[in-house]
Amino acid sequence: MRRAKHRRGGRSPAPVLLAAPVPLAAIVLLAALVASAPAWADAAPGAAACSGCHGPAALSSAIPSLDGHAADEIVAQMHAFRSGERKATVMDRIARGFSEEETRAIAEWLAKPEAARHAQP
Amino acid sequence: MPSRRALIGGVAASVAAAVLAAPEVRAQTQPGVIVVGGGFAGASCARALKRMDRDLAVTLIEPEAAYLACPFSNAVIAGLRGIEAQTFSYDQFGSYDRFGDIALIRKRAVGVDAERRRVRLDDGTDIGYTRLVLAPGVDLRFDALPGYDEAASAIMPHAWKAGAQTLLLRDQLAAMPDGGVVILSVPPNPFRCPPGPYERASLIAHYLKTSKPRSKLIILDAKDAFSKQRLFEAAWQELYPGLIEWVPLSSGGRVTEVDPATRTLVTEFGNHQADVANVIPPQRAGAIAQSAGVADQTGWCPIDPVTFESRLQPAIHVIGDAAIGGAMPKSAFSANAQAKACAAAVAALVRERRPAQPKLINTCYSLVAPGYGISIAGVYQPRDGLLAEVEGAGGTSPLEAPLSVRELEAAYAQDWFRTITSEVFG
Repeated sequence: MRRAKHRRGGRSPAPVLLAAPVPLAAIVLLAALVASAPAWADAAPGAAACSGCHGPAALSSAIPSLDGHAADEIVAQMHAFRSGERKATVMDRIARGFSEEETRAIAEWLAKPEAARHAQP
Repeated sequence: MPSRRALIGGVAASVAAAVLAAPEVRAQTQPGVIVVGGGFAGASCARALKRMDRDLAVTLIEPEAAYLACPFSNAVIAGLRGIEAQTFSYDQFGSYDRFGDIALIRKRAVGVDAERRRVRLDDGTDIGYTRLVLAPGVDLRFDALPGYDEAASAIMPHAWKAGAQTLLLRDQLAAMPDGGVVILSVPPNPFRCPPGPYERASLIAHYLKTSKPRSKLIILDAKDAFSKQRLFEAAWQELYPGLIEWVPLSSGGRVTEVDPATRTLVTEFGNHQADVANVIPPQRAGAIAQSAGVADQTGWCPIDPVTFESRLQPAIHVIGDAAIGGAMPKSAFSANAQAKACAAAVAALVRERRPAQPKLINTCYSLVAPGYGISIAGVYQPRDGLLAEVEGAGGTSPLEAPLSVRELEAAYAQDWFRTITSEVFG
């Protein structure tokens, strides 16, 4: 529902909509929009684990948020972690566990603005 | 396992109550998935299921009002942190989620009729499922170490489940005179949180060094090697010289019996008397796994590494500490990663789609002292029927590293905890 709103013009999301009575037609429309958006079910293998450390930007964690990064940028960073070019504590050890294709698929999924990767703070 | 007759009797007696319960009504028209256990594995899985398929009826069965997290509970024992920082209420859980509600049932699941696909609750009612996910965590085995039963744990705390036991061990350390002997006994593998005992030893050593410097800490270990061993040992030499004595299996570290009356720990090489004894006993999958028939003779639950479905009972999945995770350690991060992979498989299976091959990650931080963290990481995939490590990936923090790296890992440890608990319970 939040994603549906964003798609229609980026108004700030209402936290709860289904709790209030909503006309059936609206529910069907919203459900269709949600179903067409990327969800965890479409996550590339390994991608869902990222949110175990990388939270929403609003959490202000020392571990950077993955929100708002382009796929190419994420792939490039994973390369840099793998080669040791970018210094890391754990990401260098994790990046080596994923092939080119897997890394690309994860990056494409993470880059989707609608992807519901993590809980809201 | 409860008898079929008893379960059927329970079903007959409780049909009316079960039909009136909201989740049961939903389950009649939609595929219903029940998740038992609201820890890092179960709560993650319930939420992930809803995120994957908002039309799934998802019910979480968890009797407690709040979850007490084990990661960072060693800092509570060392007086560095309050127990409230470990406590996560389920209050917001049921109302969470823009993808729809998760039905939260605050009762204990006490039995499973795998054939009829029903879970029995402690009030005698039962509830049907299309697929069941068990995430019961561990039970401490009070039958495995002579002398160590539940009553003994009130004198020699295990503190291996966060809560009253954590505070008991903290208070015993606080009451101990300077110059006392603290003994920590570690069981053989497998057990929850492989580096946990050594993080605990480190933080207790920090407490002793700063508050009771004439004291000593002995680790009696049933193993000859342990997780992050070289990093821990190097740090102990640097931070706590002469304070910690680690006695491995080959030097007589295995505890064979305890006497709580005298706080004595018996080993094959002799007796040790403690002022404070922290006995971590052997463990097994939580009780519901035994009664559901998904635990094998080891006490743990064999699973298919793609779907986490039990090897012993169809339509029941097991995740987290209770499962035999192959190369994956029993950690909170593993539980969270497994929960998401299992949810993806369950969401596919209830829609009669083929589950995808998962890939999993584990990251685990340990604090050796405040501002001094070390870590281990791994990447896993199904291989030969188990979860196996992806070769060339993973490993521990570098052995030779400046203090700035240790400080950074300590900060990451704190923020990892904040992020994962926000995702799972927030």
